[in-house]
Amino acid sequence: MNKTWNNKAWFMVLPVLVLVAFSAVIPLMTVVNYSVQDTFGNNQFFWAGTDWFIELLESDRFWEALGRNLIFSVIILLIEVPLGIFIALNMPKKGLGVPFCLVFMSLPLLIPWNVVGTIWQVFGRVDIGLLGYTLFSMGVDYNYVSNVSDAWITLIVMDIWHWTSLVVLLCYAGLVSIPDAYFQAAKIDGASRWSVFRYIQLPKMKRVLLIAVLLRFMDSFMIYTEPFVVTGGGPGNSTTFLSIDLVKMAIGQFDLGPAAAMSLVYFLIILLFSWVFYTVMTSHDGETGKGGEQ
Amino acid sequence: MTAQAKQTQGRSFAWLVPALYIFFLLLPIYWLVNMSFKTNTEITGTFSLYPHEPTLRNYAVIFTDPSWYSGYINSIIYVVMNTVISVAAALPAAYAFSRYRFLGDKHLFFWLLTNRMAPPAVFALPFFQLYSAFGLIDTHIAVALAHCLFNVPLAVWILEGFMSGVPKEIDETAYIDGYSFPRFFIKIFTPLIASGIGVAAFFCFMFSWVELLIARTLTTTDAKPIAAIMTRTVSASGMDWGVLAAAGVLTIIPGAIVIYFVRNYIAKGFALGRV
Repeated sequence: MNKTWNNKAWFMVLPVLVLVAFSAVIPLMTVVNYSVQDTFGNNQFFWAGTDWFIELLESDRFWEALGRNLIFSVIILLIEVPLGIFIALNMPKKGLGVPFCLVFMSLPLLIPWNVVGTIWQVFGRVDIGLLGYTLFSMGVDYNYVSNVSDAWITLIVMDIWHWTSLVVLLCYAGLVSIPDAYFQAAKIDGASRWSVFRYIQLPKMKRVLLIAVLLRFMDSFMIYTEPFVVTGGGPGNSTTFLSIDLVKMAIGQFDLGPAAAMSLVYFLIILLFSWVFYTVMTSHDGETGKGGEQ
Repeated sequence: MTAQAKQTQGRSFAWLVPALYIFFLLLPIYWLVNMSFKTNTEITGTFSLYPHEPTLRNYAVIFTDPSWYSGYINSIIYVVMNTVISVAAALPAAYAFSRYRFLGDKHLFFWLLTNRMAPPAVFALPFFQLYSAFGLIDTHIAVALAHCLFNVPLAVWILEGFMSGVPKEIDETAYIDGYSFPRFFIKIFTPLIASGIGVAAFFCFMFSWVELLIARTLTTTDAKPIAAIMTRTVSASGMDWGVLAAAGVLTIIPGAIVIYFVRNYIAKGFALGRV
């Protein structure tokens, strides 16, 4: 679309700007302020320079939490993306099945995150949960409270349960936009199921898939509520992700300096990925604009 | 011919995949619903796949105990406030982004996105101090404003996606016909993007409803959301599992009611209006 140059449009953006500045810029400035100062209480602050950042980047605690976060994100992406594509490919294209699938698949996406945690906390319990009890009666030694790998498996299955539908819905939206003529042409050419997928469906899904991967990566990278409810970061520190560690430090211990330094590093990582996301989103906007002009 | 036969055969069993997946999705939810209709002795004492002595006691506890049901009221108040503020502020901004180019527009659009992607954990402590300074701790408006952090950008992006689908010629024709901007916006443009406004409002409602960390940090008693009340019960010893399950079921209901109306837009909403 051809947009006209009009700086008066700033007045329309103003309410949003004021609102978000109040809820984002001011808090962020507080964080920057704390990250370079030290305090011994009584609201007395001393200049600390980059001490907190150096301490943070040298601490094992930060790198371990970051590592756990990255491993978690990679595992769930490796499972959710292929699974999501597979389910989307097998979804009905028309008929009563379509709204049925869409409604039931969206359900986990709309459940409050702490309730997702509660659901799985209960579901996995050996004494009263369906999953835990079934595994226990089958003789599997499953306990997400005390066993590290069980805790991880529970969190990963929970995330798959919670978010695979997002990948499915995005892929499905990409798939239904493919004109029938493509499939008829492929049939005439005698294309195999694999080549239909590889040369027709996958290229058409490329952009939605990219959005799905980025969204899933970022949301899993800032995951807090679900593991907090299910494992509380334990057993030990084995499921303490960046968010959980940060909240522990900031609200639990009131270590303002280190928490602020960690917030900023965390935010910079997110900023980097947001930029990738933005580039992907808007590069396509440009393409459609060109297509419209032809 | 064989390839075609194979394909039709493959297709006839294709429904199994989504069916199994939906079964997997519904199983844990069923278990929660199942538990909410059981007595605590049945939950802890026996293992039953359906309630043998169905009871409504758990729901009765929630609807009669103010410390429980006030949680729902608090949540609904700040969620509705947040939805109204977010959509109202986002409408003109989204129009500006979809129709005009202006100084710094791309930077602003990107900056909005970074706020949607920002981890709430980063903002929990500064929010607490900011709202303490204004004396707003434990009020509904504090949570509503704090949730604007991610809901305003979300609403702007979704609405911009919908508005860009409306041809610009409609605006120009209306101006030639002598419509002023406010009249055009309310009389002509708003009905055209009604579904977009509905979707944006739905997603603001949803994301404010599911958020726990910020809501919990900013409230102590008077505005405490249901989500926080639930976690408090989890940590207490001598759990009332039945009530916890009933409370969980009740938080799922708002989403479940409107899901049918937004089913075709769910993907678009989660992808910030870009599918």
